Amino acid sequence: MSATGPRGEFHAGVLASLAPTAGVVPFALLLGALAAGKGLTPVEVAAMSALVFAGSAQFAAVDAWTDPAPWLSLALLVLVVNLRHVFMSASILRRMERFPAAARLLALPLLADEIWAFSEARAARRPLTPAYFAGLAVPFYLTWIGSSTAGCLAGAWIGDPRAFGFDFAFVAIFVCLIRGFRRQPGFAAVLAASGGAAVATHLLFPGPAAIIAGTLAGILAAALTHREDPA
Amino acid sequence: MIPFADTWAAILAMAGATVLTRLAGLAVPRDFARGGRLAAAFAAMPVAVLTALIAPAMLTQGWADALAGALVVLASWKLPLPAVVALGAAAAAGLRLLAG
Repeated sequence: MSATGPRGEFHAGVLASLAPTAGVVPFALLLGALAAGKGLTPVEVAAMSALVFAGSAQFAAVDAWTDPAPWLSLALLVLVVNLRHVFMSASILRRMERFPAAARLLALPLLADEIWAFSEARAARRPLTPAYFAGLAVPFYLTWIGSSTAGCLAGAWIGDPRAFGFDFAFVAIFVCLIRGFRRQPGFAAVLAASGGAAVATHLLFPGPAAIIAGTLAGILAAALTHREDPA
Repeated sequence: MIPFADTWAAILAMAGATVLTRLAGLAVPRDFARGGRLAAAFAAMPVAVLTALIAPAMLTQGWADALAGALVVLASWKLPLPAVVALGAAAAAGLRLLAG
């Protein structure tokens, strides 16, 4: 057990969550405003943020949203965008030896990108405890729900997000997220393959097929350009 | 189905898909995909998905959106994220107005 006990661990987690929690507020507001533009109500946005709790997947889903909601396509889209979480959860589970089985089942659904990244960072320095994880995840989770709901309330009042270019915020957010991976091996090949395949597919069959085709082309490019022990 | 029910079906299906990916780590053997081509493919997944999401929006919706997209890429080199978002939205709104 850690020297400070569960209370100290919880406080350390809350302290670590301050920066990502503050940073996520503008995104959550934007997500809520965009969702309002697609006709979602504040209650629906709150429920989506509480139950789905996955930033890029929610942005992608709201972007692809039509009325009535194509629930199967949206679920497939969320599945594809979140596939990386399979490996993030497998990785963090190696650090959750101190978690009782029930705590693991409660913690894993809260494994948004930021929660995962900060948990891994903590685990690299000292053992990860359930109290630290709770301190990290709970403020972030509640802020995500509250801010996206507030954004929806404000968005319903603003009107059509396209008139202000708000829908283009997706492009800006995703460009910045992609740029964060630029040192990854094969980055340029993945970018070119995914973008090329997505655009070509979109021109032939508009709709979610472009996302699947681009993703498959991108990961195929990564596999084909991979070299053992790059020197 | 009434639209109200479609929305809730979508939210629940999306929640199910997300929880599935986050619990699926429990089923991954400890030494799975720790190197080689398979690991490279999985590591590339975020970039591949995000690129596939935005490339059609940037490149197939007319010159205004394409130019705004190019400005966003340039801005992402120098500016913090909130500034890139603000600039992207302003550029898209302004250029679309010019494009008519």
